[in-house]
Amino acid sequence: MENTEETAKKYTVVVFTEDKVGLLNRITIVFTRRHLNIDSLTTSESEVKGIFRYTIVTKCTPSLIKKVVDQIEKLTEVLRAFSYEEEDVIAQEVALYKVSSDIFKHDRAVVESIIKNANARVLDRGQGYVVIEKTGFKSETTKLFEDLKQFGILQFARSGRVAVTKPMKELEAYLKELNEAAEKSNQIRKWKLSN
Amino acid sequence: MEKVLGSEAVLLSLIEEGQDTIFGYPGGAVIPLYDRLYLKQDKIHHILARHEQAAVHEAQAYAQITGKPGVCIVTSGPGATNAITGIVNANMDSVPLVVITGQVGSGFLGTDAFQETDVFGLSMPIAKWSAQITRAEDIADTMAKAFYIAVSGRPGVVVLEITKDALTSETYFSYKKAPVLRSYAPYPEINQEEIAHAAEMINASERPLVLIGHGVLIARAEKAVAEFVEKAGIPFGMTLMGLTSLPSNHPLCIGMLGMHGSYASNMLTNKADLIIAIGMRFSDRVTGKLNGYAKNAKVIHIEIDKSEIDKNVQTDLSVHADLKTALSFLTPMVEKKNHKQWRAEFDKYYQMEYQQVIQKDLHSDNPLIQPGEPVDIISQKTQGNAIVVTDVGQNQMVAARYYGFKLPGTFLTSGGLGTMGFGLPAAVGAAIAQRKLPVILFTGDGGFQMNEQELGTIIQEKIPVKIVILNNSVLGMVRQWQNMFNNKRYSQTDLINPDFVTLASAYGIKAQKVEYRHQLNEAIDEMLNFNGPYLLDIVVDKDMKVMPFIAPGSAVDEMKLS
Repeated sequence: MENTEETAKKYTVVVFTEDKVGLLNRITIVFTRRHLNIDSLTTSESEVKGIFRYTIVTKCTPSLIKKVVDQIEKLTEVLRAFSYEEEDVIAQEVALYKVSSDIFKHDRAVVESIIKNANARVLDRGQGYVVIEKTGFKSETTKLFEDLKQFGILQFARSGRVAVTKPMKELEAYLKELNEAAEKSNQIRKWKLSN
Repeated sequence: MEKVLGSEAVLLSLIEEGQDTIFGYPGGAVIPLYDRLYLKQDKIHHILARHEQAAVHEAQAYAQITGKPGVCIVTSGPGATNAITGIVNANMDSVPLVVITGQVGSGFLGTDAFQETDVFGLSMPIAKWSAQITRAEDIADTMAKAFYIAVSGRPGVVVLEITKDALTSETYFSYKKAPVLRSYAPYPEINQEEIAHAAEMINASERPLVLIGHGVLIARAEKAVAEFVEKAGIPFGMTLMGLTSLPSNHPLCIGMLGMHGSYASNMLTNKADLIIAIGMRFSDRVTGKLNGYAKNAKVIHIEIDKSEIDKNVQTDLSVHADLKTALSFLTPMVEKKNHKQWRAEFDKYYQMEYQQVIQKDLHSDNPLIQPGEPVDIISQKTQGNAIVVTDVGQNQMVAARYYGFKLPGTFLTSGGLGTMGFGLPAAVGAAIAQRKLPVILFTGDGGFQMNEQELGTIIQEKIPVKIVILNNSVLGMVRQWQNMFNNKRYSQTDLINPDFVTLASAYGIKAQKVEYRHQLNEAIDEMLNFNGPYLLDIVVDKDMKVMPFIAPGSAVDEMKLS
């Protein structure tokens, strides 16, 4: 029976799909229908050409995440979907901070030590501004934001999570399984048609 | 090879799929398609509905009766939006349809052009699969994929939106049916360990109960299920959509499950020690309050749609498989048994239901005709040799409860979506699909008026649909809830109706009104014996309540008889 006492956890959902128009919508609709917020979402081509990888971060209960993953995997053209708890992913985000170049005139030593301590770097210098880039955990990019705030931040942008997972077979192995499953399914289909 | 127009490619694809009957309604964006259809009338018979929603319901009923995917063509914009209700209805009840909608030329996409709607976007949460076709050369492959996805695994609706320029440009045509897709394996491989485990649990059970859903009809597993329950001696109940999988009078049948199902099946669900759910999805209308459901039972769920497993009810063992395949392995492994004592417990509850509900519904001393009476009389006269179609509401529940079904697939109703207005078009589709069995529609005066324009389709196609309006001049089921839960505040449930006999006669359809019980028998005979469509307007008691009833929020064993 449904355990209503469950508490929500952070999950990273990883979805592999064919390269088709509209799939992003179809995937996010599964979250919307369950009234789940998506904390972040990134998509890129995976290590296999023509297969796309979605990394979606959400908070929900363990039993609900299973249902969501099953419903995503049910979508035609979705190859596989998985969910991972925090300890099973290695994740990073990129943050960009645009600040006034004036702060390098007035507080140069402080600002440079903040950048150095944060393991960040100056990405670009332009007319009146400097862009600082930091790759790291969300807590780290947030800390740098807090540290720079006193000098005024003109713009701040942070990417969604990019993540790789600790326990997962290689995508090629899954593709092999999928091809075999499709082939076997076809045999059952033919058996059904002849019976 | 010669090039063909995109619209011809659509029709050639239909012919490749063995589709000789389609449903639809023309409009601007599909004029090119209808133009080519004009030249292929000898191969494809097109049924012109009077509304796109009805066209989709008709295609659905056609699909359910023939076992082939139903095909429906509608235009862009309003044609497509009108079709939405039919699409959702069929998809929720797992019926295979390919719905082709027109679309403005690809150059106009996204510009709010005349009759442009984002059908591809709209279809996403409501269809099994959908695609937008903007090039003629993509038509054949996409159609082949559409038919394969619609009909395989857990069937559903595929929506194809084709832009006008794709229909009017030329392409080479070659067709390959049922393409194997690596992202889609609709028939999972059987896990023999699961089967063995299931057999063990079944053999150890003392009070097992089988729940039969629509999946049994879809998988054509009626015989396999019969062999299974008969060998293991297990009583079974059927969901609304699963009705007709096995005959209603089967000695192991304990009636319909759920909110208005049999008293016995619901009251004893919590006494069972094992529930074997076959091709059903534990809808809330079946389970009632979830944490009061199957309290003493382990649950085995045999189901082809993996996302349904553990969705509503947590299983102890799931068998993700095609039912026919799974049962072909399972039945030889179960022991021959006879749960006589357990089966007899259901009879006790049936007796209570008979005395407190069925007696009043079918042999009433109320001067007003009760809605169950015509159903019962027609059931006796047709002996299960009919296709019974319902609308939604009280008419649906009395038909499901009191018609004695004999043949698989002879009951058409709107289950998941509960679409008022489904009945008349579904009856049309069923009558188009076959002429062997009479098609009898039980509808209410409310639902009938939601798609009554289909009387036009009936006369155009000259189909002998028998329409029984259980006319209480109210929206009966809503009124019943208002009576029970809203202190009889009958808000907006009284209907001032037209004279349905006159309405029918405007279409040249023979009709008769029945107000008194003594007229019933003869009127029904006349309807059944009449060669052609017939409308019987039967005035029934508006205060009848469909009982027994599991009130919303109650558990299955809190079912009420009155």
